Amino acid sequence: MSTVLPAPVVVPAQRAAQSPFRRIASDFFANPIAVFGLCLLAIIVAAAIFAPLISPQNPYDLAQLDVMESKLPPGSKAPGGGTFWLGTDDQGRDMLSAIFYGLRISLMVGATSTVLALIIGLTMGLTAAYFGGRLETLIMRVVDIQLSFPAILIALILIAVLGQGTGKVITALVTIQWAYYARTVRSAALVEKRKEYMEAARCLALSPARIVFRHLLPNCLPPMIVVATVQVAAAIALEATLSFLGLGLPITEPSLGLLIANGYQYLLSGKYWISFFPGVALLLTIVSINLVADQMRDVLNPRLQK
Amino acid sequence: MLVYIIRRSMQSVVVLFAMSLLVFVGVYAIGNPIDILINPQADQIDRENAIAALGLDKPLWEQYLVFLKGALSGDLGKSFVHATSALGLILERMPATMELAIAAMLIAVILGIPLGLWAGLKPNGVAGRTIMAGSILGFSLPTFWVGLMLIMVFSVMLGWLPSNGRGPTTLLFGLIPVSFLSWDGLTHLIMPAVNLALFKLALLIRLTRAGTRESLLQDYVKFARAKGLTNTRVIGVHVLRNILIPIVTVIGLEFGSVIAFAIVTESVFAWPGMGKLLIDSINLLDRPVIVSYLLVIVALFIFINLVVDVLYSALDPRVRLTDSKG
Repeated sequence: MSTVLPAPVVVPAQRAAQSPFRRIASDFFANPIAVFGLCLLAIIVAAAIFAPLISPQNPYDLAQLDVMESKLPPGSKAPGGGTFWLGTDDQGRDMLSAIFYGLRISLMVGATSTVLALIIGLTMGLTAAYFGGRLETLIMRVVDIQLSFPAILIALILIAVLGQGTGKVITALVTIQWAYYARTVRSAALVEKRKEYMEAARCLALSPARIVFRHLLPNCLPPMIVVATVQVAAAIALEATLSFLGLGLPITEPSLGLLIANGYQYLLSGKYWISFFPGVALLLTIVSINLVADQMRDVLNPRLQK
Repeated sequence: MLVYIIRRSMQSVVVLFAMSLLVFVGVYAIGNPIDILINPQADQIDRENAIAALGLDKPLWEQYLVFLKGALSGDLGKSFVHATSALGLILERMPATMELAIAAMLIAVILGIPLGLWAGLKPNGVAGRTIMAGSILGFSLPTFWVGLMLIMVFSVMLGWLPSNGRGPTTLLFGLIPVSFLSWDGLTHLIMPAVNLALFKLALLIRLTRAGTRESLLQDYVKFARAKGLTNTRVIGVHVLRNILIPIVTVIGLEFGSVIAFAIVTESVFAWPGMGKLLIDSINLLDRPVIVSYLLVIVALFIFINLVVDVLYSALDPRVRLTDSKG
């Protein structure tokens, strides 16, 4: 077949034969910086998932902590034979273990809120685009008003109203984020809605739910993946900020933000490591997600495809 | 133009009214400040007297009407904790936040536009690439952690700058207390302002760079070059003037978000502004102060949006036509 086509078109014809997933994967791996970001992210996620296995110490088990070992600088020898590579905090907790466990909580909160917000935002945005009319006006007006205020302000209002706790922080993050998804998916769906396959689906008298979720949704996914990747990073940063302000997660299971806040009071006496290393972990997490998101944006953008 | 401003102002009043209802119900519906404010050993009669004194015994709609009546005469209620006017407390803290926000915005603009312009003119040069990499870092760094690191380096290790507070204030025009007029105050201001500026600096660099690259390809730039104008004039007048339009809009809109993000910076540097007051009030369930802060912020946002729209039409003659029509 390709012999019929003029020479320059041969490459796209081959590419079209590939599955979309393979094409996206091969485009993604063409950028070394993005691959670096992905590897870094994989290591961070692995460290979070396997925290109980790789941590030298269980930071929540008070029996393993000794106040005599508190605020030791990085590299100090532990009496049990090990080394506190990143030092210890005010309760004698090994910072490395605390960071692994903190990562676990930060990533869990970020991922959970993103998935929930994605589901709500997708449903709202698709409903608005598919049905139109008053419902659309109402949903999009709420989105507009919400997006005209900074996320941190809305989060603070919600925390002030709801109170504190893991579930409430996730609720606040979901409330902030669904609007981004609703807006993105609506604009994508409005374009898709006018295409012929949608008309065909409607002619077959399929139920609205089936049309929306089986036909419309899969075609609106690429921009959503990009927004979701960026939003995971934003959610993790926002959760850390709230926890730092003392309005986030409970102190019993500290996330990265709370670990940083804990070290704040010792910073002025020169004990930098209690705040510094959790911050580095937070920074690496956010940077790696942003690097991946940046490349995803280029790979999934149909206008940039060769 | 005048009709437009009047219509927009009336819309703003409606939005403000709706927000006051939402915020009031939201903040007042949940949580019970009595438990925090009243001595747990107080007997039932004392308790009820205190509840009545705070006006918390009335049904919610009545409380809202009392609040609204007060609000229309400029009284947003008394702080439960400080027992003074809530609005007064916020206005007293406002100059500190404003000074911080304006200083941060100035730093972002003064550094961001030239750096973005440079990166846009030489996108493949070493400097251009470094600037862009730096701006990605600026987006990713958590503000509060950067604040801590600044304190660590400049206050603890080097001992150059004070780590918290506002320092001595001087009265500007005999009215507004500001820090930047004295050297000591300036040393207090510089670190929080840089911290707050970082995110906006990254944003402005990216925006200016994108605008520059786009406008360099436009016909008017080619024409200006064909006329034989100097490089300085082409960039300084033709390119800059056109990219300034979206930049001014973003600066205006971002000013509101700088004030909101000042909450974080103020907490890190113990800067005595409105944001720190909000955090303290949330922790103490001081409802009138929370509600007043939010209403002041919403009013500020609406005002900023209006100013941006007016400025926008002044900068770009093409916008004026659509304004007068509707």
